[in-house]
Amino acid sequence: MTRLGELERAVMDVLWDRSGPATVREVVDALDGRDLAYTTVMTVLDRLAGKGMVERERHGRAWSYLPAAGRDAYIAQLMLDALDLAGERDAALVRFARSVTGDEADVLRAALEAGGTTTGGGTPSGKSRDKA
Amino acid sequence: MLYTAHFGAAVLGCYLIALAMLRSRWPASSPTIAILCWQGVGLAVGLSAIGIPLSIGLAPYAEPPGTSLRLLAEDLAGGRLPAELGVGHLALISVGLGVGAVLFWSTGSSLRHAFRARQRQRDLLALVARADPAAPGALVLDHPSATAYCVPGLRPRVVISAGALSLLPRAELAAVLSHEQAHAKERHDLVLLPFTALVRALPGVTWVVRALAAVALLVEMRADDRARRQHTDELLAAALARFATAPSRATPAGMLAAADHDIVARVRRLRAPLGPTPLAAMAALTASTMLAMLPIALFLA
Repeated sequence: MTRLGELERAVMDVLWDRSGPATVREVVDALDGRDLAYTTVMTVLDRLAGKGMVERERHGRAWSYLPAAGRDAYIAQLMLDALDLAGERDAALVRFARSVTGDEADVLRAALEAGGTTTGGGTPSGKSRDKA
Repeated sequence: MLYTAHFGAAVLGCYLIALAMLRSRWPASSPTIAILCWQGVGLAVGLSAIGIPLSIGLAPYAEPPGTSLRLLAEDLAGGRLPAELGVGHLALISVGLGVGAVLFWSTGSSLRHAFRARQRQRDLLALVARADPAAPGALVLDHPSATAYCVPGLRPRVVISAGALSLLPRAELAAVLSHEQAHAKERHDLVLLPFTALVRALPGVTWVVRALAAVALLVEMRADDRARRQHTDELLAAALARFATAPSRATPAGMLAAADHDIVARVRRLRAPLGPTPLAAMAALTASTMLAMLPIALFLA
């Protein structure tokens, strides 16, 4: 991951951990251990605002920033994309498999048991390729 | 009309090959060949859709479509059209060029759409996903539902949910990651692109939707086969079955029924040994290659 990407993440973590909006100064102070310049953090917040990840509002003379959505909301959004709820198959993502229901699930469960794959140990035990 | 008949024959040939591929069993045993056949069919249909109206409109020139187009361009530049070229002819030529423009536009629009969706994925993943030693080379999303996917592109990402991590034994997880890496490495998104573009250009046309679904399944099978090179068939089949039967906590039951039979088909073929390439597959590949060459040759002639 790029250094900028890493900084964006650290800044978002600061905003997510606070309950209210934060000024650039407050974010710099929260990232105390990293020894970052004020302008660096401002640039990162600008970039995040440009991507729509944070919203900014004016408080007196200073801008303050707050996350556009919670961390869980972003995770949920990614998962909905991945699970393809909209049902539009496009080439944006390629998925491994989706959940199935009813009869199909029973067929698969039966197949899983018939396969007798015991992989609890974490290594491919019994490399049986002796299928007829 | 001779050239129109050629384009028409290409469409008929494509229809027959598509029909054969949807009904036969060989595509499941030779997904790579089937994918190539679909690409040939897609190309031939797209070019013929342009060629049929165009060649009727250009009939007064009595030359192959490529030459006729060049003559038309010269005549248009010179400002004098042949007397035999009526308004009807010009209208058909416009239809042909219009079909070409729509296909070109929908491909571009599919690309743009995918590009934007992936950029959004990468931006969000950079903020909320984490690396985990349990899933080397992948990003982990802290969510209880089981999912694994690949964000294709020049900088691909393989993503797995915490739900999938806890669902899968380590060896099965490795098989799933190999599968996703195969998608990324072989750019399966580009394999699907012409068909997503066709669906975009012709929304609701059953044949196009069926072709896209078929290619999407074949791409999964191809990725399964790549993963089989490093992992046993049983591991992959078990991972698929475990994945598909895991209770989904993100989505209400019954909403995701569309592709259910796909997973059963994939598990079933993993339980059958890989045999030699069927003769039908080779025949279909030869036929679809020739079908794709025909409209290309007509446009170059």
